Amino acid sequence: MRIRFRFVKLGKIRFTSQRDVARMWERALRRAELPLAYTEGFSPRPQLSFGLALPTGCESLAEYLDVVLDDARPETAGVVLAELPALLTDLLPEGITVEESALVERRDGSLQQQVTSCSWTMAFTGMSRDALAQRVAALVAADSVTITRERKGRQEEDDLRPSVLALAVAPEPSGEFGPGMGPSVAVVAELACQPRGVRPIELVRGLIAVSGRPAGDGGEDAPTGDGPGAGIPALDRACRTQQWIERDGRREEPLARRGDPAGADRAVHALERAS
Amino acid sequence: MQSLWPRVEPLLTQVEKPARYIGGELGAQTPVHSDSSAAWLLIYPDTYEIGLPNQGLQILYEILNEREDAVAERAYAPWVDMEAAMRSVGVPLFSLENHLSARDFDVLAFNLSAELVYTNVLNLIDLAGVPVRVADRTGHHPLVVAGGHCAFNPEPLADFVDCFVLGDGEEAVGEMNAVIAAWKVANGPPAGGTAGDPPDRTGLLRSLAQLDGVYVPSCYEAHYHQETGPAAHAVLPRLAGTSPRFPGIPDRVEKRTIADLGEWPYPRQQLVPLIEVVHDRLNVELFRGCTRGCRFCQAGMITRPVRERPAEQVRTMVMDGLARTGYDEVALTSLSSADYSGIEDTVTSIIDDPSCSGQVSVSLPSLRVDAFTVGTAAQIQRVRRTGLTFAPEGGTWRMRQVINKLIREEDLYAAVDAAFSQGWKRVKLYFLIGLPTETDEDTLGIVALAKQCVAIGKRYHKGVTVTASVGGFVPKVQTPFQWFGQNTIEELTRKVHLLRDAARPVRGLTVRWHDPKATAAEGVVSRGDRRMGAVIEQVWRRGGTFQEWTECFDLSLWTDALAENGMSLEDTVYRHRTEDEALPWDHLSAGLHRDFLWQDWLDALAQHGLPDCRWTPCYDCGACTGFGIEHVVASAVPPAGGSQGTGQDLSTGGQVPVRFLTTVPSGAVPAPGPDEDAVARAGAAAGEGSG
Repeated sequence: MRIRFRFVKLGKIRFTSQRDVARMWERALRRAELPLAYTEGFSPRPQLSFGLALPTGCESLAEYLDVVLDDARPETAGVVLAELPALLTDLLPEGITVEESALVERRDGSLQQQVTSCSWTMAFTGMSRDALAQRVAALVAADSVTITRERKGRQEEDDLRPSVLALAVAPEPSGEFGPGMGPSVAVVAELACQPRGVRPIELVRGLIAVSGRPAGDGGEDAPTGDGPGAGIPALDRACRTQQWIERDGRREEPLARRGDPAGADRAVHALERAS
Repeated sequence: MQSLWPRVEPLLTQVEKPARYIGGELGAQTPVHSDSSAAWLLIYPDTYEIGLPNQGLQILYEILNEREDAVAERAYAPWVDMEAAMRSVGVPLFSLENHLSARDFDVLAFNLSAELVYTNVLNLIDLAGVPVRVADRTGHHPLVVAGGHCAFNPEPLADFVDCFVLGDGEEAVGEMNAVIAAWKVANGPPAGGTAGDPPDRTGLLRSLAQLDGVYVPSCYEAHYHQETGPAAHAVLPRLAGTSPRFPGIPDRVEKRTIADLGEWPYPRQQLVPLIEVVHDRLNVELFRGCTRGCRFCQAGMITRPVRERPAEQVRTMVMDGLARTGYDEVALTSLSSADYSGIEDTVTSIIDDPSCSGQVSVSLPSLRVDAFTVGTAAQIQRVRRTGLTFAPEGGTWRMRQVINKLIREEDLYAAVDAAFSQGWKRVKLYFLIGLPTETDEDTLGIVALAKQCVAIGKRYHKGVTVTASVGGFVPKVQTPFQWFGQNTIEELTRKVHLLRDAARPVRGLTVRWHDPKATAAEGVVSRGDRRMGAVIEQVWRRGGTFQEWTECFDLSLWTDALAENGMSLEDTVYRHRTEDEALPWDHLSAGLHRDFLWQDWLDALAQHGLPDCRWTPCYDCGACTGFGIEHVVASAVPPAGGSQGTGQDLSTGGQVPVRFLTTVPSGAVPAPGPDEDAVARAGAAAGEGSG
């Protein structure tokens, strides 16, 4: 039996890594005494699969985890799906809240393979709304945006533009983030995950690159000379708001949001589709 | 008192492993501070990952927070990137629970587990916004206290730490807290106070100095010989002795010892970190103390006598701990866990418990070197079998007699054979070089032993690896080797090269070694006197923090500081001490008589072994008699299979009962034919040996 969970990761806990979160889940699932299925071999591990790794420091309203229960154990039949989110939230650290659980088919493939894009809200400090809007417009209008990104320890040049599926200035300060937000302006973006995932910091580099400044390491922290309120985008917080699966020409989330059909597309409805 | 979190948070995007600084562990408390309770900041002066699992700190954390008149929070040394970020914006050292400034606490309490962290201690006091020198502090500053194994030679830190606690902290911390809380109520909180004249803290320090096990350096004076002649220019005058400066201060401070571990089932709520740390598992302490008598081992000497935790309590702590934490591994800790009475029954009852459902791994750190122990390890480590570690320490039987680690070659080979035959493919062996009386034959014996272990492994698997991990020996205080002159950097390096060259042709054998330069620096502080404080301070002022980390260690900082303070490696590290020399720690006691230690040193030089007194008559080391307590062991007979001190003929290593357990874990290769004979032979021997 495979169960898919959706959970949020907000606040201080955002400073933990994907690997840390995996370990938190393992401990919580054991404490919940769920009849987990384990891998074979000398080092059996619970069969858990996370979707696309969330970069350390980012928050999320849309994290997913698939857990396999051992069908050979009698307890598996007695598991009540609807009770799991509250039970597990209690056992997970503060900042992680489990919102949804549902059975999924094993043949559906892994989250890693299925998810094609993610929606993000990214908050910036040190710049005006207008200056940010200019950069957004420039990036959307560009045919290609070259940034450097690190791949297997090496710096590579890459065209960011095809991976930016949508980008717009957020209509107003958003409530996506955990506590501790200062004054900021935000963008909402949809970034492709395939052939490889774009990280929020890479979009920041793209926003810097479109103004003609050199992109790359340290560029984000360079002091501004563009006049009052222009500024170089300094990323304060980033929150993944949705993950998307493209299936038969339709976009859907890995788990439907019950009783919140409007909210399902809350980031996207504000976007000008840029591609 | 205000949370620093809003100022800390922006720094975390600039540093590696930011979750080191967020707190929020399972088991973390949220203490509420008040004017009538003393506030302790418990600090481990190394990174979060190293410090968080420290059980001593966690035990005191719980004991203090259970008290009405105390609160305790934690801090660890911020890594160099975070420290730079904090200093650049003026954020002081902060606690992880409430993110309070260190200056909001009444006590900064350091755990001293290793000597090379001393410069970090100074750095953290400074980062807390407190003067590093005791002499510069007032009643407006927190008290700086320290405990842990290194407190048995506190003199190098005497200028920086207000008071030390020797031995077990469980009882002493409560007594100290009562004194500190009463002083706080009478004088107003020292924490962060700046208004008005600061209250005098002399009275507070005098009161603390009268508690058993508490040493207040400022209440003592170190006297030095007046040397004349040519020697006066070569070295600083020798220490003549250390004595109280005031009436009512004890001549000698005896360590604290809790008689019954069963009365202290701590930690009850072991911290479960959000990020991966060392020893990331449930830890339950089986017993404290060890009487195997390995002469190089400070931990074994200073924690006597042996005090076992009742088996039922161990079981309860394990079961409750696993259920509470969600860990799938538990370590049963002690200095030699296979020596715990009824270890087999204890571990079997844990792994057979239905709630563990076959997925819980039990590990026994500090494995004894014998086949019996491996059998137990095989039985309990059913899952995740990677490598097994043994510590023969010396390369030849002669060497092992000197250090009183009485493992015969046959013991080691039987243990290694058992490990390889039961499925392990990697074996790690710990050795020391630079031991007293060591010859090149002893050093090269390390490779000979390891090479034979590789050959044994090849009988069972292709691609076995044996790693010989070699450390340079640093003589430690309160051990028989405290008089020994440490090997020079050059000599240790020569021995490392001998080993490296001898091991090179042996396929499957890897030799790893500790940097001899770091060994020398550790020697500088291990046996230093008060005057070493100037050296530590200078190394710190020149940026020498995290000196136990290879990427930060710099020997020249130490040698420069020694030279500028009229000292040298020759005199402080490499020199043999004489029997009549006053030692900087002579006024402090771990319970061991000085004449016992001296006799044991002579026995070492004569290659005489000394049996374990748990199961043989007392030889009056002083640890039991001095405190009017005895070993607390549930079994009057030695553990089955134990190769040391079990009554065998020590001149040859004698008969050793070896017994292979028949349990073969699933997936492991069953022992091939010849070993069935060994099982039969060993079974018979076990019958003989344990009678």
